[in-house]
Amino acid sequence: MDPAFLVLQSLSGLASASSLFVIASGLTIVFGVTRIVNFAHGSFYMLGAYIAVTVVPRLLDLSYSPAAFFLGVLISALVVGLIGVAVEVLLLRRIYRVPELFQLLATFGIVLVVEDLVLKVWGPVDLAGPRAPALRHGVEIMGQRFPAYELVLIGVGPLVLGLLWLLMHRTRFGVLIRAATQDRDMVGALGVNQARLFTLTLFLGASLAGLGGALQIPRVPANSHMDLAVITDAFVVTVIGGMGSVPGAFLAALLIGQLQAFGILVFPKATLVLVFALMAVVLVVKPWGLLGRPEAGSGRVLPPEGILALRRFRPPEAALAAVAVAALLALPLLGDAYKVKVATEILIFALAAFSLQFLVGVGGLVSFGHAAYFGLGAYAAGLLVTGPLKAPMALALLAAPLAAGAGAALFGFFIVRLSGIYLAMLTLAFAQIVYAVCFQWVEVTGGDNGVVGVWPAPWAANRTVYFYLVAAVALCAILGLRRMIYAPFGYTLRAARDSATRAEAIGLGVRAHRWLAFTLAGAAAGLAGGLYAFQKGSIDPTLTAIPLSIDLLVMVLVGGIQTVMGPLVGAAFFHALKDAVMPLTEFWRLLLGLAIIATVLAFPRGLAGAADAIRGRMGRAKPAAASA
Amino acid sequence: MAVPLLEVAGLRAAYGRAEVLFGATLSLRRGEVVALMGRNGAGKSTTLRAIMGLLAPTGGTVAFEGRAVTGWEPYRIARLGLGYVPEERRIFTDLTVYENLEVGRKAPTDGRRPWTAETLFSIFPNLAEMRGRRASAMSGGEQQMLTIARTLMGNPHAVLLDEPSEGLAPVIVEQMAEAVLRMKREGIAVLLCEQNLYFASAVSDRAYVIEKGAIRFEGTMAQLEADEGVREAYLTV
Amino acid sequence: MTLLVVDRLTKHFGGVAAARDVSFTLAAGEMLAIIGPNGAGKSTTFNMVGGQLKPDSGTVTLAGAPIAGLPARAIWRSGVGRTFQVAQTFVSMTVAENVQMALVSRFGRSRSLLADARALYRDEALVLLGEVGMRPGADRPVSELAYGDVKRVELAVALASSPKLLLMDEPTAGMAPRERSGLMALTARVARQQGIGVLYTEHDMDAVFGHADRVLVLVRGEVIAAGAPEEIRANALVKQVYLGEAGARAALEARRKAVA
Repeated sequence: MDPAFLVLQSLSGLASASSLFVIASGLTIVFGVTRIVNFAHGSFYMLGAYIAVTVVPRLLDLSYSPAAFFLGVLISALVVGLIGVAVEVLLLRRIYRVPELFQLLATFGIVLVVEDLVLKVWGPVDLAGPRAPALRHGVEIMGQRFPAYELVLIGVGPLVLGLLWLLMHRTRFGVLIRAATQDRDMVGALGVNQARLFTLTLFLGASLAGLGGALQIPRVPANSHMDLAVITDAFVVTVIGGMGSVPGAFLAALLIGQLQAFGILVFPKATLVLVFALMAVVLVVKPWGLLGRPEAGSGRVLPPEGILALRRFRPPEAALAAVAVAALLALPLLGDAYKVKVATEILIFALAAFSLQFLVGVGGLVSFGHAAYFGLGAYAAGLLVTGPLKAPMALALLAAPLAAGAGAALFGFFIVRLSGIYLAMLTLAFAQIVYAVCFQWVEVTGGDNGVVGVWPAPWAANRTVYFYLVAAVALCAILGLRRMIYAPFGYTLRAARDSATRAEAIGLGVRAHRWLAFTLAGAAAGLAGGLYAFQKGSIDPTLTAIPLSIDLLVMVLVGGIQTVMGPLVGAAFFHALKDAVMPLTEFWRLLLGLAIIATVLAFPRGLAGAADAIRGRMGRAKPAAASA
Repeated sequence: MAVPLLEVAGLRAAYGRAEVLFGATLSLRRGEVVALMGRNGAGKSTTLRAIMGLLAPTGGTVAFEGRAVTGWEPYRIARLGLGYVPEERRIFTDLTVYENLEVGRKAPTDGRRPWTAETLFSIFPNLAEMRGRRASAMSGGEQQMLTIARTLMGNPHAVLLDEPSEGLAPVIVEQMAEAVLRMKREGIAVLLCEQNLYFASAVSDRAYVIEKGAIRFEGTMAQLEADEGVREAYLTV
Repeated sequence: MTLLVVDRLTKHFGGVAAARDVSFTLAAGEMLAIIGPNGAGKSTTFNMVGGQLKPDSGTVTLAGAPIAGLPARAIWRSGVGRTFQVAQTFVSMTVAENVQMALVSRFGRSRSLLADARALYRDEALVLLGEVGMRPGADRPVSELAYGDVKRVELAVALASSPKLLLMDEPTAGMAPRERSGLMALTARVARQQGIGVLYTEHDMDAVFGHADRVLVLVRGEVIAAGAPEEIRANALVKQVYLGEAGARAALEARRKAVA
């Protein structure tokens, strides 16, 4: 291969590594000190870009010079830093002690809110930024032209690393950050006000994200999808480097930049897959990342967040459930086609949410990528009936859970080796692999557009018939999963969640059981996905994307993570509400985000904690009620 | 002296459901060294952690400098002038010796001349030689010196000192004893958790003996040394 | 009958010997307490027998079979039950369900997807709970129990696999003083009745001298004394160690200097 080409390819890898490092360094610093994995970091990045496309042209009007350009970039970064301070003071400060699942969801709430606000302020059209004066040309390197601005970017990464090093080693603030990353309680015992340290840390972290975003404007126009696109990359860099380690982030960014630059030559369709595969390998070999260190026990004694007491239906509840199911089944008799469509979708999401509850509520495995298995099922079914095989629907619906179960078994093998926040990150990463495959493998999956024409078999083409088919399949699957929760297997999962030490000491293999649970839950989600493909008549990558994973988590939370059947109610409530409210407002995401944040703030110890509190308030008068 | 510097009354504490302290009452006057003796697991460290606010007390009160500090965040208690040296030392191993001291730095709340790294290096000469080195490269004794020095950088009026002699070579134990006596000379009160009776008697004015989460003996160090019965019952096998 | 033979167990952590040539034996039905100051190597020795740590060298033989270095689950299978310093129970379950889980595992039913877990092995669990005096509270959530009762439940869970050897890491830690001797007496009674050997570490001297048949004293990773409780009580070396002999001369020296 032409050496000049390789050099240029490597240089462009360095440029993207540099950008990635600037963003990820902020994320990793914030995590190190606050122990919060901040989804909103992507929003800070996006805000940096939008503010820069607004500010920089004004400054260039005053003085068309590189100095004005970079001054504008810095101003944007600082403004985003202040926004970070507001987020810390208003929200993060209140959730440092809540379970991780709720922290992640709350920061995702910010993502939703910011997305809608950005659309409101800047509009839906992508905004191209100005190019940097005096850096618009190409530089000749080994006979090839390479953009001068990219060369500047290559320098920015090491520059930021150097400045961060000085900050961390030459200022008291930096020394405190490093100390708090290692042992924040001891820092407190030495008289340092953690709240103020955390606020300043958020300022630093958000500024870095804003800087990363602002530097991008000559390369990519500001758009409202930048946040989620960058946050997964930043997560990957942070996790590979070791959460909390700035040099680790630099190393990981370099690795990923080169992997992408050269990976595209070898596997042009699989660059994203390569990145996430690298992360999976690193996590399995070094579970704390390249330069990370094991998480010290947080010392918190909290009851597990999930199903605490397995109750049976009491007669009135059983009657209520029977009435609800009967009402649902009678719905088509009313003859409203639209209602039937919504009811079908509710049944499908109920199954998906229930399979997630099986992992989260029973197994204590917080999956942030459950949509992957829903999507795998949908794609397996959709591609089978539309592809060269033209397979019948029945076969496709059989293949859906098998394909998703196989995917879950493969990913789960790695996932169950981790715990806590690292486990959540890995589920997210694997989901992004599935998303990337669906998005990039255009020949097979249709890429962004997906595949249309996924219609049920003629006998089930009628909406009412399909509704009953879905009802039969979904209800059977739900009852099957429910049975497992009440069976020794479900008890074993809860046992491993409550105390892995005790489970191992009585001879229960925690990993093996979790792996099986992950596979079963994945298969059930895949079945739901298969049903959804025929319901919708098409498949596309959004079925595997983060927002759907979050929707499923919200269904579980709304329904009650500590209840067995609650997620079904949550799915019905959430989907019906979404269906009713979304057409009425352009601020659906804003409302949803605020609702998530409000839920986390209202139940700071999680919903199970709230239930405990209520039980406590009801007094010891009827302790039997809780264990009935 | 009317009001003790530190006054602990009926302190209770638990780790989750496991109760450890069942109402400990003790006091520390300005400038004195008091030993809190007891076997492993008797509740010594838990007492210090609960006083410092690192473990929320489930009952009882803690007053320091005449203010009720029960339930305060640790940093606020530290800023009132209470220092804490944990048994497990909790050195920031990623930081240099000098940086460890920097984390502890805090201006004195009274008009006293503040401790500086240089004055501390004169007490602990070993630290001076390794000021630029990472704390992870230190021996146990050096780490123990560093954790005391780090606390003194905060210019405390009183220090909670958890098992400073544990697991150290005799020559280091000697330096620890000197350091405690130096603190006393500087007017710093010390509440010292110890199992080592000889060490405690070398530096302390008074002593409490704790067993199963409650104070079983209170008196001068001389009284404890003379009381064979208490020693048999609560300190030896 | 000799149940457990520990022979020259050694474990180093970064050059420091946490246990050096630790040897002892334990008979069926016997209670053996390991005591010693902090850092003496009690937990290290304990965890090597229980499978939480791999020894550098030395052997552990349980009823004739070598178990040193096996993973915790294999050691459980060979007949070792254990309780933990901070009681480990399944907090989302009832008292009976905690014991039922141990039985589900013992009979290899943990992958059963269809059986009704609540009814499975319930009668057997109630018998075990009867042995530790917890049968009346069988249907209460374990999270509502006083800590002393949680410890009893943990004992029943450990007994559910019919172990030959019971490892108890500080069995009375965290319990109210008045509950402690009850638990130890119960343990001793069950051990003698069923011929289970009990190896325990303990800080509470009443729990050691009131219930152990023999006591082993570890200091800095080495056994310095072993014998009947009254022998250990009379041992001058042991007494010295507990008062901190190592620091004695140094500290007195320091005081002399300070006064001078």
